Amino acid sequence: MRQAEKRADFEAAVLPHLDAAYNLARWLVRNESDAEDVAQEATLKAFRFFEGFRGGDGRAWLLTIVRNACYSWLRRNRGDDLNVTLDEEIHVAEDRRAGPEAEVLRQASARSLQHALEGLPTVLREAIVLRELEGLSYAEIASVTEIPIGTVMSRLSRARRRLQQALGGKEALQ
Amino acid sequence: MSCTEPRELVHAYLDGELDLVRSVEMEEHLRECGACAASYERLRALRAALSASGLRFAAPAAFVGRVRSAVRAESAKTGRRAPRRWLAFAAPLAAAAALLMFLSLPRVTETGRGGTDLLLDEIVSGHVRSLMVSHLTDVTSTDKHTVKPWFDGKLDFSPPVVDLADHGFPLLGGRLDYLGKRPVAALVYGRQRHFINLFVWPVDVAPSAEETLARQGFQLVHWQQGGMTYWAISDLNAAELAEFAELERARAQPPR
Repeated sequence: MRQAEKRADFEAAVLPHLDAAYNLARWLVRNESDAEDVAQEATLKAFRFFEGFRGGDGRAWLLTIVRNACYSWLRRNRGDDLNVTLDEEIHVAEDRRAGPEAEVLRQASARSLQHALEGLPTVLREAIVLRELEGLSYAEIASVTEIPIGTVMSRLSRARRRLQQALGGKEALQ
Repeated sequence: MSCTEPRELVHAYLDGELDLVRSVEMEEHLRECGACAASYERLRALRAALSASGLRFAAPAAFVGRVRSAVRAESAKTGRRAPRRWLAFAAPLAAAAALLMFLSLPRVTETGRGGTDLLLDEIVSGHVRSLMVSHLTDVTSTDKHTVKPWFDGKLDFSPPVVDLADHGFPLLGGRLDYLGKRPVAALVYGRQRHFINLFVWPVDVAPSAEETLARQGFQLVHWQQGGMTYWAISDLNAAELAEFAELERARAQPPR
């Protein structure tokens, strides 16, 4: 592929998704300047390997690379973020308790939502970001995070349960 | 559908990921069951709150500008590089690039091993899902003359449908499923109390080799025949599934 042509293709297929790339990085590394650095490096890497892109969904392709870059960054800088084990027992117990009323959830402040989402383990947080903020389908999330669709489904349900619980707890304290 | 169904299905319903039949079943269940309806209502409320709260970070303009110029710079740099310098570094570079790609490139294509892995995961998930939601079949019939026409108009191809009841693998029905980003035919066969899902779709990429493998406790057999790709999956033992695949291949052979 000639360089000029490659760049034009890349600019058309991948660069429109910089917002999505930045948003994912921002939620995974959880600070502005590191998110910018990681997302920029990942996008350059995507450009270098653009020959490996076989058409299709440029967004999912870029997000996959950005996600991998974020995980490498987290492993280097925030090892603890990835050391969260998801204990099945706890989740079953959580499931039995009803969450807060729909009305409470509907009125949750932006601040408490942000706090609740930031408090989720990385893999649950990314599931919510990809589904609720980026609007990806289960199949796209499975492809970006390299897990089976069934796991996407169970991670989303755990993440939502935890968000509801976090929001309910907060409201109750006020 | 009942409350004993996995609770994840409410999430799949909320996300518009259930097929039509299962959606209708879910709607019926939500009308009848107050507890599930309330839980669905809470999920809708959470979604509404999330989407109204401006949680998505927009990329700062300065960042977008920097990335665009970095791409231009990278493009110019690579373009100007003298071929001879490339040659000198070719071998180590190629090795490093290969390693790098292996380590860090997303594997989303259908052709690479990663693509196959992803497809395998989808096949296993499809099989598990079909058993889990007691929704094995959209069309339940042991008659291939009922099952085959059912797919007409639902798929852009016509899957070969054969019955193997005389060999102890009765056809139970068919179902639409979705694998590797395309709708596929799922044919369901029984063997005593076990089920076999046979996924069929036209060969769309380079032909792939026949395979027999095990994954998450399931046996899988893959082959291609008459322009179709076949994946059989079951909790049967390997020998029985191989026998099923043999019979299927012999029977699906177009008459000469």
